[in-house]
Amino acid sequence: MDPIIIIGAGQAGVQIAESLRQDHYSGAILLLGAEAHGPYNRPPLSKKWLLERHDPAQLAIRSVEAIRRREIDLRLNCEVSAIDRAQQCVLLADGQRLRYAGLAITTGSKVRLLPGPPLKGVFGVRTLEDAQALAAAFEVCVASGAPLVVIGGGFIGLEVAATARKRGLEVIVLEGLSRLMSRVVAPIVSEAALRVHESHGVQLIFDVKVEGLIGRDGHVIGVRTVGGFEYPAGCVVVGIGVIPEDRLASAAGLSCERGIIVDACARTSDPKIVAAGDCTARRLADGTLLRLESVHNAIEQGKSAAAALLGRERPFTATPWFWSDQYDVKLQMVGLSHGYDQIITRGDLEKPAFSAFYYRSGRLIAVDSLSRIGDHMVARKLLDNGISPLPAQAADPAFELSSLLKAQGP
Amino acid sequence: MPRVICTDAAGHTTTLEMREGWSVMQMALNKGLEGIEAICGGMLACATCHCYVDPAWISRLPAPSAEELQMLENVAAERRPGSRLSCQLYIDESLDGLPIQIPDRQL
Repeated sequence: MDPIIIIGAGQAGVQIAESLRQDHYSGAILLLGAEAHGPYNRPPLSKKWLLERHDPAQLAIRSVEAIRRREIDLRLNCEVSAIDRAQQCVLLADGQRLRYAGLAITTGSKVRLLPGPPLKGVFGVRTLEDAQALAAAFEVCVASGAPLVVIGGGFIGLEVAATARKRGLEVIVLEGLSRLMSRVVAPIVSEAALRVHESHGVQLIFDVKVEGLIGRDGHVIGVRTVGGFEYPAGCVVVGIGVIPEDRLASAAGLSCERGIIVDACARTSDPKIVAAGDCTARRLADGTLLRLESVHNAIEQGKSAAAALLGRERPFTATPWFWSDQYDVKLQMVGLSHGYDQIITRGDLEKPAFSAFYYRSGRLIAVDSLSRIGDHMVARKLLDNGISPLPAQAADPAFELSSLLKAQGP
Repeated sequence: MPRVICTDAAGHTTTLEMREGWSVMQMALNKGLEGIEAICGGMLACATCHCYVDPAWISRLPAPSAEELQMLENVAAERRPGSRLSCQLYIDESLDGLPIQIPDRQL
């Protein structure tokens, strides 16, 4: 029998392979990775790993040997050039044609960069090599005193800014909109994050549009903004989002729209093909498309995709969650807050150590927590179980939110 | 290097040969141990690398941080006196042979 082929050996790809084995699929599995490394955890790359730079093997989701022991045929440095759906084949860059019984696409995303010729000293943060090169650039900046300029005040940009400050770099953050992380969190959370970064000495500039990078001898030396202001830079990190890697799928005629369109069970428009993780856009019941870029999404969609390959339905029903570490502040988010009409805060806004509870039409839809781990963990369970505390309960620090879980019983 | 003796929920035992500077979670992932999910990759954000340290050994380990204690309140499996997050466990030669148990679920 032909194998199940998985294109992309990141978080989603390895999840599909392992879930297939856990679900007692005994056929061949080919896991094709484009990078030179086995599957590794990316979240630490913009955070503490940038400072501590341990052995890259410590980032592994699984060691290559552990994967192969489960009879998963992991191939590294393996570039896929096309998918031939009519023949049920994957074409590799080296000319091989591999037939599949089922196909999973987990190609992830790539960093959105600025237009213009490439310059040394300009980084996105996605791969281990990106992080290694950035860590080396930090050391050059520490030695020369040249600042780091971060373009984009989102999660990646702010995590890198925090890490760079810890290393002693001067840091300037340029944000196109009027507040931090505006795509995801409410103004009250943005303001708290702003205070934290300012108190750590980061210079943050808002409502600023980058016109271009300034280079000398092929290396970046500054950033020019519209209006003609120039910020000198020893290195630049671009954190303006990612582009779903859907080119193979799109060239093969699968439905794509800023990502490979999948249903709640990770199925694409071809019954033999599933997709999971950053490369997908999920069609919701109301017809809209939802793009999530997170580890949790990759894992949940990966499990759904494995089930779908085995002819079962396992829809993604868990409430999405995310996290970010900036200095000693742990920002944890659960649920999707857009469309909220009421915010209740719980905790200490100044410290900051508080949670923002987002309500829509009186129902809890999401919770953002800053250094309130307990709130976050309880909120995940509340949202997964469809339990909505009353706004007054959420606001009352003496009210045990977990009591609502116990009241409902197991 | 010190060894950690892991017993999973089904009773299978695996010996982790630790490496300098590695957490028990990192070593468990490396070995492909069943039952340690470690979704967040060791960032103290998910509580899915829960393990039970043998009660006779627990007091010999450095105490958990406030953050770890908060996460431990919300582990999926039963919380016991020996509950720890394996991403926070770094052991040295004095703890050679540390026995830990892997719970039946992490999510």
